[in-house]
Amino acid sequence: MAIFNLQINGRAYEVDVTPDTPMLWVLRDHLQLVGTKYGCGIAQCGACTIHLNGTATRACQLQVSMVGNAEITTIEGISEHGDHPVQKAWIEEDVPQCGYCQSGQIMTAVSLLNANPNPTDAEIENGMSGNICRCGTYTRIKKAVKRAAQS
Amino acid sequence: MTTFKTKVGRRAFIRNISVAGGGMMIGFNWLASCNTSPQKIKELPKEWFEINGFLKIGDNGLVTIQSPNPEIGQNVKTSMPMLVAEELDTNWDQVIVEQAPLDVSKYKWQVAGGSRSISSSWEPLRMAGATARQMLLTAAAAEWQVPVAELTTDSGIISHAASGKTAHYGQMAAAAAQLEVPETVTLKEIKDYKIIGHSKKNVDGHKIVTGQPLFGLDTYKDGMRTAMIIHAPAFGKTLKSMNSEAVANMPGIEAVFPMSVYSDDEPQSSFDTAAFNRMAVIVGRSTWEVLQAKKALQAEWENSPERNISQRLFGRSSTKKYPAGLENTSDHNALMASFDFGDKRLKIFRKDGDPKKAFAQAAKVIERTYTAPFRAHNTLEPMNFYADVTNEKVFVLGPVQTPEWTESSLSRRLGVPKEKIDVHLTRMGGGFGRRLYGHFVTEAALISKQIKAPVKLVYTREDDMTFGTYRPTYSLKYRAALDIENNMTALHVVGVGIPEKALYENRFPAGTIDHFLAEGWEGDSNITTGAYRAPRSNFAASAEQSFLDEVAEAAGKDPIDFRLALLERAQINPVGERNDYDAERMAGVLQLVKEKSGWGSPGTENLKRGVAVYFCHNSYVANVVDLEMNGKTPVINDVYVAVDCGIVVNPDAATNLAEGGTVDGIGNALYGQMTFVAGVPQQDNFDRYRLIRHHESPKNIHVDFVKSDIAPTGMGEPPLPPVQAALANAIYSATGKRVYHQPFINELIA
Ligand code: FES
Ligand code: FES
Repeated sequence: MAIFNLQINGRAYEVDVTPDTPMLWVLRDHLQLVGTKYGCGIAQCGACTIHLNGTATRACQLQVSMVGNAEITTIEGISEHGDHPVQKAWIEEDVPQCGYCQSGQIMTAVSLLNANPNPTDAEIENGMSGNICRCGTYTRIKKAVKRAAQS
Repeated sequence: MTTFKTKVGRRAFIRNISVAGGGMMIGFNWLASCNTSPQKIKELPKEWFEINGFLKIGDNGLVTIQSPNPEIGQNVKTSMPMLVAEELDTNWDQVIVEQAPLDVSKYKWQVAGGSRSISSSWEPLRMAGATARQMLLTAAAAEWQVPVAELTTDSGIISHAASGKTAHYGQMAAAAAQLEVPETVTLKEIKDYKIIGHSKKNVDGHKIVTGQPLFGLDTYKDGMRTAMIIHAPAFGKTLKSMNSEAVANMPGIEAVFPMSVYSDDEPQSSFDTAAFNRMAVIVGRSTWEVLQAKKALQAEWENSPERNISQRLFGRSSTKKYPAGLENTSDHNALMASFDFGDKRLKIFRKDGDPKKAFAQAAKVIERTYTAPFRAHNTLEPMNFYADVTNEKVFVLGPVQTPEWTESSLSRRLGVPKEKIDVHLTRMGGGFGRRLYGHFVTEAALISKQIKAPVKLVYTREDDMTFGTYRPTYSLKYRAALDIENNMTALHVVGVGIPEKALYENRFPAGTIDHFLAEGWEGDSNITTGAYRAPRSNFAASAEQSFLDEVAEAAGKDPIDFRLALLERAQINPVGERNDYDAERMAGVLQLVKEKSGWGSPGTENLKRGVAVYFCHNSYVANVVDLEMNGKTPVINDVYVAVDCGIVVNPDAATNLAEGGTVDGIGNALYGQMTFVAGVPQQDNFDRYRLIRHHESPKNIHVDFVKSDIAPTGMGEPPLPPVQAALANAIYSATGKRVYHQPFINELIA
């Protein structure tokens, strides 16, 4: 066990865990930031997507000891009142079915739009292909990303 | 307006007399604040008044509606309360929705299965709203000393035109809560609906997009431990021994022990399916620590003997046989392929006319075989459950589609009366049928009982995928006889499967052909299977609608015209009497998809497209798929979906479900499979089990509903089956090659 000081959503946290603990479980088990989801644990589904210094990252693959001073943003931290343009677009398009994949989808979409504010359909389809939606909401995700891009 | 007796679910309408005098807090689930869903911040009332088991009204007019059924992504948590709110005649903005716990005294059919949530609650939920409205009116009439008949309601406001008096529901709620439930009640005409038929957004939408705790895995409570199981690595094996000591001292580990989930000697429910009854359990402080111990634990496994388990459900008893042995997909395939038409092992399920003679006289015979593998449900949230078992009470909370049957199982296994068991539901990260089988709830409860502490049982993705209640593996073999004028005179179908066949002998095209024969066979297996979104239909549609496409082609007919002609025959002069589909409604969705896709119209000549139509769960769906090939991979441009599911309660949500079923159908038909070697599942995570991804999904999905006054029918399952055949037929149109064996990608890249 070791103490780690983390910067998450603009706040300082201290956790006492083994250094190889993935950020996914630090967030969920130790900080109760449960918006970051477990889907596969092997970097295949994207349900655990967070931002590390603004870049979309799989929390299931990121050991807490690798984080250092980097800024972590989770779904809980992308806006104060849930009114990030991407979140608003998700509500407008009523994207979720079960909803389980959606925080990961939103985190990927935010980072995609930061890098490319006006993506084409193909860029959205490819940019979002690392995030599985088992319920099949892909066409709505695409519409929501386009709506967010326009806002 | 139509008057109805309030007989359906009347018990739920009777308020709890003992507390009727005062503010009403009892009988509702206040437990998990995460279950309350105000979409916007609303001012909460000082006092709530329970009008009936489905709703309570606050002194400020706010309404809380209980959503009784499990929410697995089919959106019932929004759509079911809409039914109550419509007849209550309140504003949807004034409604808060709560997930109800299991309560058999109040609610009927608290199951997410068979696409029945809306259809089975269509009457009771509207009546719950209408009786409450009636009681509010009666209370207002008494206070204002005017006849009830002179009162009207609109958006939660009661008005008396003559005197100009008005009041909001909250002002009459205290008095209404004291009244008797009316004997009869009037329900609105469809044309007067203000909520039903008007899209409402997901009541949990805000919580989902902000990552609030909603799902079973999000449960964290004081003193809670984390538990994981280790089950046998192969179907047909079971736990022999384990070295608990070696991992018991690992950091954060608190308990390591073997456990038997069910007792094989006692009758079980048909939903107690569990391949691996004896397993290892590890309990610890945190997920990561338990995972390390799970990796380190050494266990020895032995071959299971044959198990014969007596099962009971809905008063019916049966015996389920799990043979001994380690099974292989190659053996399953060879066994299914060994059945030819008329094989002695087959049983006849339906026979019309004289098929033998018709085939002997045929001008042309077309014969094809279709197969499909086992499939895993792969809900994105793996199986999990929270349990807190004490001497006084059994409390369980989490994602399960069958809370009532789960409670019975817990009662049997723990020897605790049902009154002492509380089953609470979370939102579920997908169901697709997997969470009908609640063995993981019993496992969680047994673990909590053993360690005398609250626990959350968590399956890893690998546990989830290799401990399935899979979709069975199937084969359907067809042959059709055409006469000299290219009329289909006879059809013969052989449906075999392990452990069940996918044969619906009384569905289309039965009833449209003079000479028809349906035969089937089912083999035993120790690989556990269960209901999977649109059970059996999920393969039957794919095979049947692909075959009919070939028959139409052989007959030189347009595939839509060919099907419409058969359906016309079924309407005018059906063969046999047991045909269990409505040919007119089936033709209706085909006509609609033809119109919306512009099938056969100028400008569509170069499109590579396929069509299919199917009926299941009392709904009708037709598809047209347009695609092009990029090398050996299909790029799906447009999918047209025409649906007849009766009245559409929440159109945008129903559209979302139709889109999801379309993607699921295409994804699984192209990529999904579970295979086994010596009982060992060959896929255990998403690197080996291929799920459809964003860039492989259809670019556009166009959903249209048939306008209907018929009471709502199923929506969760019907959109999945036919699109697989429309896809296969479109692949043929693009490549000139037909695909017969799912997952199609294997044939495409071969
Ligand atoms: S849980 Fe991290 S990618 Fe699936
Ligand atoms: S909404 Fe269910 S997995 Fe995406």
